[in-house]
Amino acid sequence: MSSPSSIIPSFVFIPLAGAFLISLLGKRIKKLPDVLGVAIAAIMGSFSVWSVRLYNIYGVLNYSVGGWQVPIGIGLVLDGLSAFMLVTVNVVAFFIVVYAVNYMEKFTAKWQFYTLFFLMLAGMNGVVISGDMFNLFVFLEIAAVASYALVAFGTERHELEAAFKYAIMGTVGSLFILLAIAFLYGYTSTLNMADMSAVLAQKEPGNLILMVSIMFLMGFGLKAALVPFHAWLPDAHPSAPAPISAMLSGVLIKSLGVYAILRIFYNVIGMSPAISSILMFLGALSMVVGVILAIGQWDLKRLLAYHSISQIGYVILGIGLNTPLGIIAGLFHLFNHSIFKSLLFLNSGALEYATNTRDLKKMGGLVKKMPVTGTTALSASMAIAGIPPFNGFWSKLFIIIAAVEAKRYGYAFWAVLASVLTLASFMKVMKYAFFGTLKARLVWVKEVPLAMKLSMSALALICLVGGVLFLPEVKEIFLHRAAEAIAEGSRYAVMVLRGN
Amino acid sequence: MAVYLLCLVLFCVGLYCILRKRNLIKIIVGVVITESAVNLFFALTAYRMQGRAPIFSREADIVNMVDPLPQALVLTSIVIGLATTALLVALAMRIYEKYGTFDITKIRELRG
Repeated sequence: MSSPSSIIPSFVFIPLAGAFLISLLGKRIKKLPDVLGVAIAAIMGSFSVWSVRLYNIYGVLNYSVGGWQVPIGIGLVLDGLSAFMLVTVNVVAFFIVVYAVNYMEKFTAKWQFYTLFFLMLAGMNGVVISGDMFNLFVFLEIAAVASYALVAFGTERHELEAAFKYAIMGTVGSLFILLAIAFLYGYTSTLNMADMSAVLAQKEPGNLILMVSIMFLMGFGLKAALVPFHAWLPDAHPSAPAPISAMLSGVLIKSLGVYAILRIFYNVIGMSPAISSILMFLGALSMVVGVILAIGQWDLKRLLAYHSISQIGYVILGIGLNTPLGIIAGLFHLFNHSIFKSLLFLNSGALEYATNTRDLKKMGGLVKKMPVTGTTALSASMAIAGIPPFNGFWSKLFIIIAAVEAKRYGYAFWAVLASVLTLASFMKVMKYAFFGTLKARLVWVKEVPLAMKLSMSALALICLVGGVLFLPEVKEIFLHRAAEAIAEGSRYAVMVLRGN
Repeated sequence: MAVYLLCLVLFCVGLYCILRKRNLIKIIVGVVITESAVNLFFALTAYRMQGRAPIFSREADIVNMVDPLPQALVLTSIVIGLATTALLVALAMRIYEKYGTFDITKIRELRG
């Protein structure tokens, strides 16, 4: 356990062990799922922050599973981008578990929830640290299957319908990814991502790479809910219990979709102007279509789900610009979105917990009854709408600046427009849910329990001070490392293969 | 060559089944067919003419073996497929309990 790289497998191993223990003992010992759940999530959160420090000291870390050296064996890699994603995933997961301690009381089988939750967390962490193409697919499926089951967790009519739709579309997306991996393996005779990148760099780019790129874009685009492939998201995310909606919208679509797109297109296949313009176009399309569909919604969670599509569009647009500022701003927005969107979904869960409805028309004046939920929802809404000094403002600003710098004035215009429309739709949420007169049927409403308040307040605090991440000193050790890992492109191969 | 084309045909049959059928069970069958097509294709990438099984022994020469790696991967992918199919069938059963039908045109309460 002396070598620093021995921390890497623990990101998969600890949640998996937790899921196993909870499923084994959770039914008999009533308090165990809560205690173990919060403990594991806290450990994972602190490990992920520790991994950023490790990366800053030692550089790229490699771990060969079972002692088989890469490229023969399976490699796990911790580089700047992986460390960044680990922090995003595990920190958000921790706050969500704290929230779930109270929220999940209304469901009967809490231990099943924790089991599936930690399976999903193990899958997501696995996707992020995997250095092997097929391994990435396996972890992706672990996370995806757990998320299908979690969407159906309530087992009511709507949950089941949404889960079925999500499962079918997700499976088809995964099959395209598997097919693309089969083609790449046939072409390069290797599965290790670094090795594959080195082999591909020596070959002429041909039609096969084009076809593989399109298949990856379909598969991962479906997981990330980019616009032509988004149809499952507005059904699946609102149907899940609130902590899971927060997890799905906050981190699942990012680690399974956006992260995989980044890793494969920048580090393995290599970025080309064609892919860059496709990504920018899909990003801008998602951004505008998502927000336009969101504005007319009256179901709070459905409205938030459409906003997820729109915000993922910002991330993809920023990264697709393929300029240093664009990439770093895109990643910054990815982090910010995972914070404020999880917070918004947790707020919607708190509203549902207190009032038993998600319909905005049936709410009103709740800020007096639920001050903590109201204030945190206000700060999250301001963050997503891009009002200074909240974190969302800075990342959107830098994405727009990057688009202008790259002379993409059209995309910059759409980004501003989508931001204005986002503001409009969140003004609607605040007006109908929290301000205005208190409806007669809501006078008995009480504020939610302590754990839920704590978790929401902490996330709101991160929203408020999140802009700090863009200060030069902090940016250097966190965001900049992640952007570097992407911008280096196929130098990834050299960095990873050298290290062992 | 013909075998790859058959693989493609199988893939397209599966996709057609997923996109066009109205019965939940038939959609699940479509998913299974597509999965089999992809797995078959993956196993085929390792095949070579007159190849022999990749079993290592002291007497045998290491010539003309098929690549064992995709076979191992396909096994993994079959297991994943099994998990997904089991989940899908379980969901379909619960949907039938709630809605009393397998017809997707009648199971459409979520829209907009």
